[in-house]
Amino acid sequence: MKKKKLRVNLLTYGIVTAAFIVMQSLAVTGSLSSLMKGLLVPICVYIVLAVSLNLVVGISGELSLGHAGFMCVGAFSGAFFSKCMQDTITSGGLRLFLAMLVGALVAAFFGLIIGIPVLRLRGDYLAIVTLAFGEIIKNVINVIYIGVDGDGFHFSMKDQFSLGMAPDGKVLINGAQGITGTPKDATFLAGFILILVTLFIVLNLIDSRDGRAIMAIRDSRIAAESIGINVTRYKLMCFTISAALAGAAGTLYAHNLATLTASKFNFNTSILVLVFVVLGGMGNILGSVIAATVLTVLPEMLRFLNNYRMLIYSIILIAMMIYNWSPQVLEWRERHFGRLLRRDRKEAE
Amino acid sequence: MSFLSYLLNGISLGSVYAIIALGYTMVYGIAKMLNFAHGDVIMVGAYVAFTAIMSAGFSSLPAVLLAILVCTVLGVVIETIAYRPLLEASSSLAVLITAIGVSYFLQNVVLLIFGANPKSFQSVVHFKGISLAGGALTISGETIVTILCGILVMVVLTTFIGHTKQGQAMLAVSEDKGAAQLMGINVNGTIALTFAIGSGLAAIAGVLLCSCYPVLTPYTGSMPGIKAFTAAVFGGIGSIPGAFLGGLILGVIEILAKAYISSQLSDAIVFAVLIIVLLVKPTGLLGKKTREKV
Repeated sequence: MKKKKLRVNLLTYGIVTAAFIVMQSLAVTGSLSSLMKGLLVPICVYIVLAVSLNLVVGISGELSLGHAGFMCVGAFSGAFFSKCMQDTITSGGLRLFLAMLVGALVAAFFGLIIGIPVLRLRGDYLAIVTLAFGEIIKNVINVIYIGVDGDGFHFSMKDQFSLGMAPDGKVLINGAQGITGTPKDATFLAGFILILVTLFIVLNLIDSRDGRAIMAIRDSRIAAESIGINVTRYKLMCFTISAALAGAAGTLYAHNLATLTASKFNFNTSILVLVFVVLGGMGNILGSVIAATVLTVLPEMLRFLNNYRMLIYSIILIAMMIYNWSPQVLEWRERHFGRLLRRDRKEAE
Repeated sequence: MSFLSYLLNGISLGSVYAIIALGYTMVYGIAKMLNFAHGDVIMVGAYVAFTAIMSAGFSSLPAVLLAILVCTVLGVVIETIAYRPLLEASSSLAVLITAIGVSYFLQNVVLLIFGANPKSFQSVVHFKGISLAGGALTISGETIVTILCGILVMVVLTTFIGHTKQGQAMLAVSEDKGAAQLMGINVNGTIALTFAIGSGLAAIAGVLLCSCYPVLTPYTGSMPGIKAFTAAVFGGIGSIPGAFLGGLILGVIEILAKAYISSQLSDAIVFAVLIIVLLVKPTGLLGKKTREKV
């Protein structure tokens, strides 16, 4: 059992590393289209988001619809840090690393203060409150103005002019226009390292005593409570770690964009990540990685369909869900391909 | 006086939310699923009425009736094709994601047919508002009609559920599907009926919403959809009076927050109130408290 788990984990690391080496060498030799090149960092961002959301939805079994909110907090705090430190730290890699730490810490803090009240709720009520928090974060960041001049930082929630800055002042966060001119520090390598760190944290957590406690709570909260597992503590831990990883991913995302606005992190982004998790298989980390990659590339691959692109995408999505989950279809698959599948499974063992 | 006028606007917007929330809550009560495509059915309803009035030269009432008919059929078709295969799936998230797929689908079909440019919706209400207190307080015709529609829908729906066989069947199915089937109730038919009613209501809500706020795009439905979903949870999801109450309160809070605090932060305030209410009453205002059994 333990050996099998180790093998699956090694397979996950192996696939990610192999994919990185292939893509990187393709990029270096210039045989990658500019479209695909532009997708490399977003793919890394979405993989980290999907894996971190899987920790909450798949491993701890709580439906969260506000993951984009944590990404938003991480993106803004990380980009803010980078803009402030632009002249102090000149090495792009170091600056990005520190910005990610800042983004992750701030997002973790938000995860903690949101998690404490939210995790008292159950099921769909929890889902709607995470949705609400995501919207609140987006809305509030939309009206924040921060500027800097000789006297230090100025803060306002009204508009750019009420910051009251000296003429040489610089606006850092400009309300709905967001942050412009974040140094473009994000690289594919940085994304790859972030994925490895994320996988390391999440896979080790799942295989640890804490992870088993979290899954016990998911399977039966009452039974877990009765054997002395501290439900709130473990759920909060899961939620906070997930938020921190989403924050780091958000920072990476911000350093890949010229303009960062809060409206990008809306409900649809949260849903998009949730789709990765559900299609990849809940609790299945490798599944999340693959689903995030395929579903980020797929809409771009369908570009030749022009206006029909999202239509086809939505039909594929519905069809995949029915194919994977419908009891009738599963039974039909078992009847027709059952022998094949069973043989596959035997070989895998 | 301005407060009174804001309040009336709030009740009017709240009535629209309430009508949408009724659809959410009925579907949730009976199928235990969050139908995220509901907001887009609203949008489809509004587009049908828009086309009927602008291109086919329908007058208001037939256009609204046509929109209701189209949405009712659409609701049943969606339920049969996309949701029914998944209602018994081992994970309740499967049907949620499918609903999101349906939502993208509807948005993109409308996008292909009508384009992304916003359409300006012509109000279906043709009488002028009334002016009270020597012109200090004017109430628009849309506000009056919306509020009246909200009350009418609530009364008809409560009567339908409390006093007809189909209504009783819906209650039975929402309480216990297996037992309802044993009593000879057609469970699949009842679920389809629920979707039909919910989608019909969505069409009404779409027309009313666009009469008050006359900008129509393929994404018009999504934000009111999310807000109405919030309203349904606010009132206690699965509870019909709860959805109505939740919708009204949410609409009033939104308009008052826009008027007195900040128009940019009004959504944040609405959601903050929701969170506070849920923390005090974890199953919503009128939600049933279920005891957990081991």
